[in-house]
Amino acid sequence: MASAPPPILTLTGISKSFPGVRALQGVDLDVVPGEVHCLLGQNGAGKSTLIKVVSGAHQPDSGEITWRNEQTVIRSPSAAMRLGIATIYQELDLIEHVSVTENVFLGNERSKAGFVRRGSARTATAELLARLGHPEISPDRIVSTLSAAGRQIVSMARALSHDAQLIIMDEPSAVLDPDEVNNLFRIVDSLTQAGVAIVYISHRLEEIRRIGDRVTVLKDGRAVARGLPASTTATRDIVALMTGRDIEHPFPERPEPPTADTSATPALSVQGLARDGEFAALDLDVAPGEIVGLAGLVGSGRSEILETIYGARRPTAGSVHVDGRKLRPGNVIDAVRAGVGLAPEERKAQALFLLESITSNVSISSLPRFSTGGWLDRRGERKAAREHTRELSLRPDNPDVAIRTLSGGNQQKAVLARWLLRDCKVLLLDEPTRGVDVGARAELYALIRRLADQGVGVLLVSSEIPEVLGLADRILVVREGQVVHTAPAPELDEHRVLDLVMEGSPA
Amino acid sequence: MTHGATSEPASSSTLAKSEPPGASPPEAGGRSGPRLVLGKLTDIHTISLLGVLAILILIGGITEPDSFLSTTNLQLVLTQASIIGVVTVGVTFVIIGGGIDLSVGAIVALASVWCTTVATQEFGFWGMAFTAVVVGLGCGLVNGTLIAFGPMVPFVATLAMLASARGLALQITGGTTQNVTVDSVLELSRRDSFILGVPPLVIIFGVVAVLGWLLLTRTTFGRRTVAIGGNPEAARLAGIAVRRQRLMLYALSGLCCGIAAFMLVILTGSGQNTNGNLYELNAIAAAIIGGTLLSGGRGTILGSVLGVLVFQTITNLFILNGLDSAAQQIAQGAIIVAAVLLQRRSATTT
Repeated sequence: MASAPPPILTLTGISKSFPGVRALQGVDLDVVPGEVHCLLGQNGAGKSTLIKVVSGAHQPDSGEITWRNEQTVIRSPSAAMRLGIATIYQELDLIEHVSVTENVFLGNERSKAGFVRRGSARTATAELLARLGHPEISPDRIVSTLSAAGRQIVSMARALSHDAQLIIMDEPSAVLDPDEVNNLFRIVDSLTQAGVAIVYISHRLEEIRRIGDRVTVLKDGRAVARGLPASTTATRDIVALMTGRDIEHPFPERPEPPTADTSATPALSVQGLARDGEFAALDLDVAPGEIVGLAGLVGSGRSEILETIYGARRPTAGSVHVDGRKLRPGNVIDAVRAGVGLAPEERKAQALFLLESITSNVSISSLPRFSTGGWLDRRGERKAAREHTRELSLRPDNPDVAIRTLSGGNQQKAVLARWLLRDCKVLLLDEPTRGVDVGARAELYALIRRLADQGVGVLLVSSEIPEVLGLADRILVVREGQVVHTAPAPELDEHRVLDLVMEGSPA
Repeated sequence: MTHGATSEPASSSTLAKSEPPGASPPEAGGRSGPRLVLGKLTDIHTISLLGVLAILILIGGITEPDSFLSTTNLQLVLTQASIIGVVTVGVTFVIIGGGIDLSVGAIVALASVWCTTVATQEFGFWGMAFTAVVVGLGCGLVNGTLIAFGPMVPFVATLAMLASARGLALQITGGTTQNVTVDSVLELSRRDSFILGVPPLVIIFGVVAVLGWLLLTRTTFGRRTVAIGGNPEAARLAGIAVRRQRLMLYALSGLCCGIAAFMLVILTGSGQNTNGNLYELNAIAAAIIGGTLLSGGRGTILGSVLGVLVFQTITNLFILNGLDSAAQQIAQGAIIVAAVLLQRRSATTT
């Protein structure tokens, strides 16, 4: 490393803001040819924004990008491709129903006089696949028939077809089993030997030790450490860099004595619930007035657990009881009737009717309450919806406003108001503060605690560990679909939880 | 009367304005702007439709002053609009609910021939009316069951119904026209005026439109329709019985086709397997011109009614001016494009 070649990519002072969030604040990064540069950071630290800036999907608000010693503006993903920067996203962006060859040369078709030269593309694809150590994948294979690992190979073949000099891999190992991970590392090795630079994002520290050269740690949109040696930096130091936030959200104090009534019938009782390939037999109780947190990484099965409890996914085994009553498996309507409410992860896609008013969004699950023979009492509906949105201090205090014009925090309040209007007994919260700005977060935290104090059992999922630690009474740590640890929140700290979710590396 | 549907956003935006400034945070205060624009644009759509209609009437009054504005002609236009109008009300519900119904014309054909068979006519006026409605409803239920519980893509399921219903209609008639011999039906078909000079079919259309408007804006059924069309996943997770709602939407569309079929039998005094040809296109076009989002979640009955009137008036004007049906179809196509562009603009400005 002493005689390191000049960097192929240098970022200087990159900043990027979204409404209410400063995603990146003056990030510097340099990547040299032939190295594996690892990017570490908790969810929300700014990793994905950073790679989107490099891959041309986002334009930075300020800062400079230098590519091969020239200052560059990367206007679009296709411009990045032309420069030789390829990105392999976690959610692979392949077209399912066409062949491997067509995917590899998508947007870069080999053509002559407007006709696609299928033969040469096919041969080139076969060569790329062989170079990646997978000659057995036929270039004619339809992508939807490939495994997750196979698709990743296709994605990499696409990157190579552009003669990429820099390949960004966003958690490439998350979808792979151990054998496939070994093959991935072999490919990474051969690429770096050929002088290709890799930016590698992973939560798994042991992988970073195996293949990484240098590590950059992001926290709250800043690079808190740059170019650390991957193999020798102590795990303790890395975890310390990732944790400890600048902005401490004020969490509401846990009530003393606790409001959780553990002697009563549990508000929610889950026994042996499982879904093949997603999560294994899960047991958990939530007492009335208790907040239970599920901590885990994206893809660890947290959202799937919530949706299965709610009946939006059909379990392969196990049962769910609410207030002592058994729910019909895989039946949302029954769960709602029994008093379960869900604030889903993707608020806009899964919870909101964006064209409709606040009132319509709040009352949608309680329509029978405001109707006689199907005829709506619109005044009563509006009044009741307004009572609940006022209770949650939703702004603006006008129930006729279209929900789409509200900020993320206020939209989330509308979703909560929907379930309060139904007098729910159990609230399932999936990433309740995603897309909510800092100021509104504290307010939501206080609100969730207040609901618990009123006797609602809350099951909370968040990938932000401080949020789970600060809000929940009791915490279940989930890794790869399994609960690996259960403890009262005060007995855990961020380091311990992070160690547990990142494959139990010793602290 | 039906104007209440569109005056609603306007009144709420006045509320947003009169709100005390301290009650809303600065950002939300600034955001009531787009809301106002949306309210205006919803109105703009209705107003521009009324404007188009006024221009068409003006053109008719100038080019063919005697024939166009005559009572007979106006009664004819309205009567023709009524049948397609009733179909359009049903189709509007289906589209708002996020679906599409291509089978309406074929269902009208099937219901009209089924209720005019010799056997059915023995049951008289009400027997025929009942048969038409039940056949329409039955076809709608088949559509709905296939789509909701198949589950099948609405486009495919209703396309299959289009083919089979028309086939069955041909099977029943053998290609012949089934003339009505029931006196009460024939008598009604001879009356071009019923109450205050309004033809009977127009009254049926008026009743269906008002009921449809009430159903869409004042009932849980309407609310759920908008919800499953606007965001089916959110509707499911909010605990709405999405499949049942879908089933009912197609049943409603079928029911409207049954009513329209009987209206057509009253108008023509016969049942034919070629009845209702291209009704699906006219009804979908009218709904879209009326401001219904083809992707679901938004639309009004008033808009659809205006859409039908605009379409029918154009047809009438072209016929009166001796232009051929080719020119007429080109004009109709142009109007659809204009309406969708207007919709797109209102969607992007907000």
